[in-house]
Amino acid sequence: MKLNVNGEERQLDAPAEMPLLWALRDLLGLRGTRYACGQGLCGSCTVHLDGKPVRSCLTTLEQATGAEVTTIEGLGGEAGDHPLQQAWREHGVPQCGYCQAGQLMSAAALLRDTPSPSDEEIDSALAGNLCRCGTYARIRAAVHAAAEQGGDA
Amino acid sequence: MNTVQLISRRRFLALTGMTAGGLVLGASVVGSRPGLAGVLDTAQGQSLNLFVTLSEDGAVDIVAHRSEMGTGIRTSLPQVVADEMEADWSRVRVIQALGDPAYGSQNTDGSRSVRDFYHTMRQMGAAARRLLEQAAAQHWEVPLAECRASQHRVLHSASGRELGFGELAQAASALPMPALDSLPLKAAEDFRYIGTGLEIVDLDDIVTGRAVYGADVVLPEMLYATVARSPWLDGHIASFDAEPARAVSGVKDVVELRAPAGPRGFQPIEGLAVLASNTWSALQGRQALSVSWRDSSHSDHDSASYLDGLESSVRENSGTVVRQRGDVDAALSAASQVVEASYRTPYLAHAPMEPPVATARVSVEGCEVWTCTQNPQAVQAAVAEALDLKPEQVKVHVTLLGGGFGRKSKPDYCVEAARLAAHSGKPVQVVWSREDDIHHDYFHAPCAQYYRAALDDQGAVQAWLARQAATPIGSTFDASVDTLDDGSLSQTFASIPFATPNLRLESLPAPAHARIGWLRSVYNIPFAFGVGSFVDELAHAAGKDPAQMWLDLIGEDRELDFSEEGFEYSNYGRSLADYPYQTGRLKAVLRALLEQIPWGEELPEGQGWGLSLSNSFLSHTAVASKVEVRDGKLRVLEMHGAIDAGRVVNPDRVHAQMEGGMLFGLSLALMGEISFADGQVQQSNFHDYPVVSLAQSPRVIRSHIVTSDAAPSGVGEPPTPPSAPSIANAVFAATGQRIRELPLRKHFTVL
Ligand code: FES
Ligand code: FES
Repeated sequence: MKLNVNGEERQLDAPAEMPLLWALRDLLGLRGTRYACGQGLCGSCTVHLDGKPVRSCLTTLEQATGAEVTTIEGLGGEAGDHPLQQAWREHGVPQCGYCQAGQLMSAAALLRDTPSPSDEEIDSALAGNLCRCGTYARIRAAVHAAAEQGGDA
Repeated sequence: MNTVQLISRRRFLALTGMTAGGLVLGASVVGSRPGLAGVLDTAQGQSLNLFVTLSEDGAVDIVAHRSEMGTGIRTSLPQVVADEMEADWSRVRVIQALGDPAYGSQNTDGSRSVRDFYHTMRQMGAAARRLLEQAAAQHWEVPLAECRASQHRVLHSASGRELGFGELAQAASALPMPALDSLPLKAAEDFRYIGTGLEIVDLDDIVTGRAVYGADVVLPEMLYATVARSPWLDGHIASFDAEPARAVSGVKDVVELRAPAGPRGFQPIEGLAVLASNTWSALQGRQALSVSWRDSSHSDHDSASYLDGLESSVRENSGTVVRQRGDVDAALSAASQVVEASYRTPYLAHAPMEPPVATARVSVEGCEVWTCTQNPQAVQAAVAEALDLKPEQVKVHVTLLGGGFGRKSKPDYCVEAARLAAHSGKPVQVVWSREDDIHHDYFHAPCAQYYRAALDDQGAVQAWLARQAATPIGSTFDASVDTLDDGSLSQTFASIPFATPNLRLESLPAPAHARIGWLRSVYNIPFAFGVGSFVDELAHAAGKDPAQMWLDLIGEDRELDFSEEGFEYSNYGRSLADYPYQTGRLKAVLRALLEQIPWGEELPEGQGWGLSLSNSFLSHTAVASKVEVRDGKLRVLEMHGAIDAGRVVNPDRVHAQMEGGMLFGLSLALMGEISFADGQVQQSNFHDYPVVSLAQSPRVIRSHIVTSDAAPSGVGEPPTPPSAPSIANAVFAATGQRIRELPLRKHFTVL
């Protein structure tokens, strides 16, 4: 089976119904995408399929084949300098950091479609990305800041 | 009490698992330890070793011996060392320590990393600075007093000469250690990093996805395991059929994990493990298993009737008196108004975003574990016990933690990995699903409380009677324990700071039917809810402003000591001489909070402000919340907190903990509830054990740090206790409806 991940063609041997999450983590060694619920309830595993945010725990390899998969490792290149990543640094958003890859991927998809989102639009785009540490106030502020920097890099 | 010694390079390497060159410093400290966190904390007078190394290229390595679970501790403690050392922060690398008793307790809970290690870290930095200055003085043949370290160099101002730290590394490491007590520490106005919001050292790894958490450790030939565990406490496998699981592609083995005899402690729950070549196969295999379980004396546990029982017990029975002043009964009969209320709070689960996970490898030498643990030495002890090894044969690497909140102080999941690795002869990573995490937590204790107070005709409180029944954490380590110990009662219930002339506090039993453990702020959660709600009720009964009622109840500025009233106050393990409980500081935090908010403002119908106040982990915190209730729908609009945590090392991380700690409190107030029926947990994932989402998070969340140069005190937990009562009190202000049972979503739709 072939998968296009972060602009690279990857070969893997796995059943078609395996969730993309486990293929990325266990088979392709892309461990920035995190498991936290496995049921589409928390957003920690968010990646992009052709630029759209999906929960990789509920996306099968079959559904991902033929699409361009982007993970946190591919978001801002080697340096991780996507405007959202910059804003995350400047606002000191992460606490434990575990949810943050998913937060960033959801926020990046939001800014792609909605370059300057309102609070309501941020709330609804990120409502499915839980953060048990409670970094929400800073997430909102950082998304706004990245939007002002022309956030869709 | 503190001694610093030169630690041999070999010893250093053994403790950090790294290679290093140059100056190695060690501090060995004997200190007392709080008894909050259970059995592993009972040892006193342990020795700690903390380390600084300096290479000839000038790179400074500072060891973080505490676990990073989101508080920023891997940054805050090294930043203290770097400041005193005059190291340039940009040339500092933080090295995570392995688990080793040489450090004393590494148990990262109880909000005590900064308060227990601030002074030692300063001494470590100062000792390093002194050695570098001495080495330079000898080199230049000038008096030590003329040499001054500044930002990675030592300067001789008279001659304008300077030497870099790296150039001095060899010479400094050959010098004898200076006496610690005579070392000058910096004056506060000279601090460069202490008091500064340095960004966390893991920030870049986190935003790029490179950060390594528990499940990101991969070993050659590693197998992934999931475990089907007994659905009720103390259950055992009756029978099972492993064949359907073995038939799943990728599954390698099915292994019984029998629970050992003796206290539950940190040993695993009995279960059946599925080992596979990847996580997905392990999860699939586990689903295909069929297991039946033998009943235990807890397999009919029903939490609703349990809490009913606790509530009628505290309402109807007198308990053991734990603290007493004056004559409560006489004052109650003389009262012009008697107010009474009972409160109940449910089981809670920790639900850190990263579920428990551990990887182990067993060889003839012993066992090596990689895991997200708050307490690597507890991992050593528990794994050693399970595999019949000595603790020093268990090497524990600490990864980043995707949240902990107390769950990851308990190493049962590490023991599972170690036992499975021993069994299979291959490295094994045990993965807990979210369902496993919710079903098999060490749960926060359910609790019922009853309060009864006498008001005189001036609205002054003349008597305070309180009773509580909460399941004790001690039951996890000794199944016969059914009442709270003094350390638990010291968390708000028996340490209320009120000047009320008559007071009696009573404790009643609550036998355990689930594994009970400590969760962020522990028994302060239920007790601050009970006390904070009842003070508000008294204010309304007396026709007083709730803030004024708090100030009146607390009374004059004084230092509290409950020993004359028969209570042995634990003060979170510290002496009252070092950390006095000062009512003036508590009141000042409330006043500081009131300055941040329009308390008393006219609000539209359906909106209200509420507040509460708390002392926990030696800090004082106040929280005010503004809510809106319309058509039975509740939304929290604003939360504001103020904290006095003594001297603050990293204000940005303190603000972050305030923001997060208040939301943790909001989450449990609105939605937190674990229930049991037929011995089994009824919830399984975030759909039925919801935690606050961004959309539910108040648009306004502010925190205020009260400036203080008192000794540093706790930060990670103190924001949580006053949050829930502030919200319930705001709901009362908005609706006139008094909610005495959490969570609020039992009574409202929460938005
Ligand atoms: S792990 Fe996929 S949504 Fe939670
Ligand atoms: S930063 Fe810890 S879960 Fe979001």
